[in-house]
Amino acid sequence: MMTITEKILAAHAGKDEVVAGELINAKVDLVLANDITAPISITEFGKSGAAKVFDKDRIALIPDHFTPQKDIKAAEQCKMLREFSKKHQLSLYFEVGRMGIEHALLPEQGIVVPGDLVIGADSHTCTYGALGAFATGVGSTDVAAAMASGECWFKVPESMKFIYYGKLNKWASGKDLILHTIGDIGVDGALYRAMEFEGEAISGLPMYGRLTMCNMAIEAGGKNGLIVPDTITEEYVKGRAKRPYKFYYSDPKASYVEVKEYDCSKIPLTVSCPHLPSNTKPAQELSGVTVDQVVVGSCTNGRLEDLREAAQILKGRKVNPNVRMIIFPATQLIYKQAMHEGLMDIFIDAEAVVSTPTCGPCLGGHMGILAKGERAIATTNRNFVGRMGHPESEVFLSNPAVAAASAVLGRIGTPEELGL
Amino acid sequence: MHLKGKVWKFGNDIDTDAIIPARYLNTSDPKELAKHVMEDADKDFPSKMQAGDIIVAGKNFGCGSSREHAPIALKAAGINAVIARSFARIFYRNAFNIGLPIFESTDASEHIQEGDAIEIDAGNGTVKNLSAGKEYSAKPIPPFMRELISAGGLIEWTKNKMKGAA
Repeated sequence: MMTITEKILAAHAGKDEVVAGELINAKVDLVLANDITAPISITEFGKSGAAKVFDKDRIALIPDHFTPQKDIKAAEQCKMLREFSKKHQLSLYFEVGRMGIEHALLPEQGIVVPGDLVIGADSHTCTYGALGAFATGVGSTDVAAAMASGECWFKVPESMKFIYYGKLNKWASGKDLILHTIGDIGVDGALYRAMEFEGEAISGLPMYGRLTMCNMAIEAGGKNGLIVPDTITEEYVKGRAKRPYKFYYSDPKASYVEVKEYDCSKIPLTVSCPHLPSNTKPAQELSGVTVDQVVVGSCTNGRLEDLREAAQILKGRKVNPNVRMIIFPATQLIYKQAMHEGLMDIFIDAEAVVSTPTCGPCLGGHMGILAKGERAIATTNRNFVGRMGHPESEVFLSNPAVAAASAVLGRIGTPEELGL
Repeated sequence: MHLKGKVWKFGNDIDTDAIIPARYLNTSDPKELAKHVMEDADKDFPSKMQAGDIIVAGKNFGCGSSREHAPIALKAAGINAVIARSFARIFYRNAFNIGLPIFESTDASEHIQEGDAIEIDAGNGTVKNLSAGKEYSAKPIPPFMRELISAGGLIEWTKNKMKGAA
């Protein structure tokens, strides 16, 4: 009797069964790193003495954080990725113009598939659990070792189940479910554990919402987030999967260390206040909070459907004169689709700025840094001290609809306040 | 191995953005990173700390980003060890992978005060508070993590393993 997490780990460790707490060595299907983490991996890989990588088609290097190259040092780091990729003939290197934010790009391009075991030197690697894959963030040295050996060690995590009953409230989305959950269990509420999401609301949740939820499992300390694959998964992966895939399911009698249940009708539009994602409040209680900047995008909420939600709010309206609004589509494909659908016209007419795909503003890297005392509401994933700029700036986290409504209002607000 | 040093205290949920803010991650040079260690938790920390000091923190130390730059910055600045009630998962792996000694102890985390001189016996996990004359115990280091340490880190361990398999 195993959970989906245990089954995927067992299959990749060549075992019939694994139990929580067991230490295993498992084969990885994909290893990824970005322009911040890969330089250390490349240096450590050099020290391993390995002449070549374990598989040139299973290592994804994606310069997405400080790209387009923001300064000389960042450009030097990106150059390391490019040169390493050329030397080892990596087929999954994505240059500026072809790249996107890694956790949006890899599922979109069918490079990660259900049943995969993926490690990435980026904490939001857990995003791919939405496809029914086991995916977790590790450090650069773990990635270096895996680039050489194709393997990684894991402690099989205990699994925690989250069941969402009923239907989502108007304008509520996967983001509200996950923020509410983190608010309930805390930033270490799932420490070292697998977070498995299920229930009526999850069965009806489109893939983009599932990706948002699994993306933020790390914000509760989780090792991975997971949604058992179903017809929505099948619809999403067919036609885009670049490799054969396999659906794994949790056994009905699998063991869970804890089960949390939520009634979605009681989950409001939710905002995380500074300086922890667990510091949640209903959006409507924050109407006195003015904002200087609004950011829509990131690996959490930069997909086409997220942009459509923002556009629904912004159509025919203007961003408040006191607000700078920055929208960044997560991949080139999303950018192009947003253009074809006329979303770009809506954004530009509303006086928002639209950026090329980059992680830049989310982590205070570039393309939208906050000054001392400034405040932002963002669809990103972290609101730690200094996350988006000056240590005395503040970040509030929300879904795209709340962020867009706040951009119009000049303060935190909901679409209802605009009559929507 | 005995690790002796003066203590700096930090609270719960110290995230990796506080340990090394992303604005400095356009380099992975340990010396550059060390200049900004813990800056967003305490802006004076890089100038007031001394090599050999020990950090004692609350729960979930190192949460957030997977950046290995966080333990690297602490190590390069000369932080001798970190004791916390608990560590975030990726930080925990990273610390062992790069050789930053870390210890989990609720007692030590609660009772040790800033400025105390302490000594950690890395072998048995005993933490002596030399200033207060008290002793606490840290969780023993799991056998596999000891194996990593004795191999000289994950890269050396992997090298040995690949040699064995060849």
